[in-house]
Amino acid sequence: MGADTTDTRMQRLRMNLAAVYARASVRVKASFRESSWVVGETIFPFLAMSAFVLVYRGLHAPREYEGFVVLGGAMIAYWNNVIWGMASQFFWEREQGQLQLYLITPVSRMSILIGMALGGIVMTTTRALAILIGGILLFHVDLPLDRALPAFGLFVLTLGAAYSLGMILSSLFLLWGREVWHTATILQEPIYLFSGFYFPVSAMGTVIAVAGSILPVTLGLDGIRQIFYGKAAHGFLPLHWIPPIQVALTALFLVIAGAMLRHMENLGKHEGRLTVRGD
Amino acid sequence: MRALQGVDLTVERGECFGLLGPNGAGKSTLIKILTTLLLPTSGQAMVTGYDVATEPFQVRRRINLVSGGDNSGYGVLTVRETLHLFSQFYGVPGAVARKRADELMEVTGLAEKADQKLSGLSTGMKQKLNFARGFMSDPEVIFLDEPTLGLDVEASRDVRGFVARWVRERPERTVLLTTHYMMEADELCGRVAIIDHGRILALDTPAALKRMLPEEPIFEFQVSATGQDLERLRGIQGLRSMSHHAHPATGAVELRIVLDEDDIIGEVLGQLKSLDRSVLHLTKMEPTLETVFIHHVGRGLSDEETEPNGG
Repeated sequence: MGADTTDTRMQRLRMNLAAVYARASVRVKASFRESSWVVGETIFPFLAMSAFVLVYRGLHAPREYEGFVVLGGAMIAYWNNVIWGMASQFFWEREQGQLQLYLITPVSRMSILIGMALGGIVMTTTRALAILIGGILLFHVDLPLDRALPAFGLFVLTLGAAYSLGMILSSLFLLWGREVWHTATILQEPIYLFSGFYFPVSAMGTVIAVAGSILPVTLGLDGIRQIFYGKAAHGFLPLHWIPPIQVALTALFLVIAGAMLRHMENLGKHEGRLTVRGD
Repeated sequence: MRALQGVDLTVERGECFGLLGPNGAGKSTLIKILTTLLLPTSGQAMVTGYDVATEPFQVRRRINLVSGGDNSGYGVLTVRETLHLFSQFYGVPGAVARKRADELMEVTGLAEKADQKLSGLSTGMKQKLNFARGFMSDPEVIFLDEPTLGLDVEASRDVRGFVARWVRERPERTVLLTTHYMMEADELCGRVAIIDHGRILALDTPAALKRMLPEEPIFEFQVSATGQDLERLRGIQGLRSMSHHAHPATGAVELRIVLDEDDIIGEVLGQLKSLDRSVLHLTKMEPTLETVFIHHVGRGLSDEETEPNGG
């Protein structure tokens, strides 16, 4: 009996790992096959970032500010992927009549979301690297690469928290559909502003900086800038606070995401909201 | 509103079971419950011995679903990659999945398109792919919800042929099929349930259902498209049921009526004349599954349900 249970658990684990890999691979393959995404997700964000760099240069701002912008530009690519490539995905799957194909499978919904997240991270990294490298080569932005390792560590923690938040948002998108979609569209620019993608978030004042820090990318970016530029980064929170906060946010968001997915599925099963096709 | 009321049926392992019913009859609701997509408000539903409400994991690992008219997969993936993707959600080992995908692509006519991206496929090909996807997990029970909806004649025949072969070669596998097409149910299903307004009206083998029909004369007419409302025929005493729909090619109206006795046909012809409808063709029919359906439901599958006051 015990052996059977262990076997079943192992089977389920293998099945879920295979599902994570399979769902992630869709994103990875897509990133190399859809050339139009390169324009939308690399060139356009690069142009926005370039505008800020040129403004700072025109204002004779310290050179570090150009580094803030390049890092912010790279981080925006991930945030956009969290919102439009992940949080909204289940909603679109349902609209296309495809969500039910996932929901009738025996794998955990979290495995599918984790697969989407990992695939999204790989896909977005190519865009983010293009922005980062383009910024360094084109604008000669000063990025002290000897501090890259700790910055990368904090970056990984930040992505963990950001994509965990994306898992929560995917349930909200599914429950409230187009309303959440419109809200996310409306809030896009304010989030860019209040998260300090192009300047230190501390410049917005404590209240807005605290509110903006609900999004893991805000604190992550604040910390990464502090790692690269020290006091010149005008950090909002002490650097050593940020990694534990990101870990705590990841754990909290994952627990909430799991509970919300179960709630969403139960609600959908009671109210028939999981499919768009009627009798 | 209740979508299903007192539905009580058992489908045996190895059976190909058909659910026939008009739009809104409750067929898809029943399938959603059995595939764990919807919870019943009362009662219990079991699939392969497991309760759909309390043991969804056990049910899901044993079933699959194909909804006709739906697509599956992503435009950037190829046919082969799509089949492999969905197999991975059921834990099918890679080598088995590849072999199974090859077989399914072969029998569904997708082999030549194996490495083509979905974005370049025709609608019919996408539907065939969706159909093949449902079999990638080699499910113990497959739910086919209008699997040939929107497919052309040839593709529908291929799909029916595949289902018939799948059932024949795997006697332990079970198919639950909903369809609008009587011929499809007649050809594939060992037993058929006729469902309307959430209730099972009749359940037996197609042959037994046909035998159960009282020996009422059934006539099929082709009448001219123009003229007064054919619904007025329902007032004829001795006319048990009637269905009619426009023939897509000729534009004429195909009218099927069930009478108490042969003699009433004279009155029907007289009424048609008074409605300014010319009779183009008239045949006395042998009982078919469609006749059975009309007998129980009171109208044909292709008819829109009319309100009691004709509204």
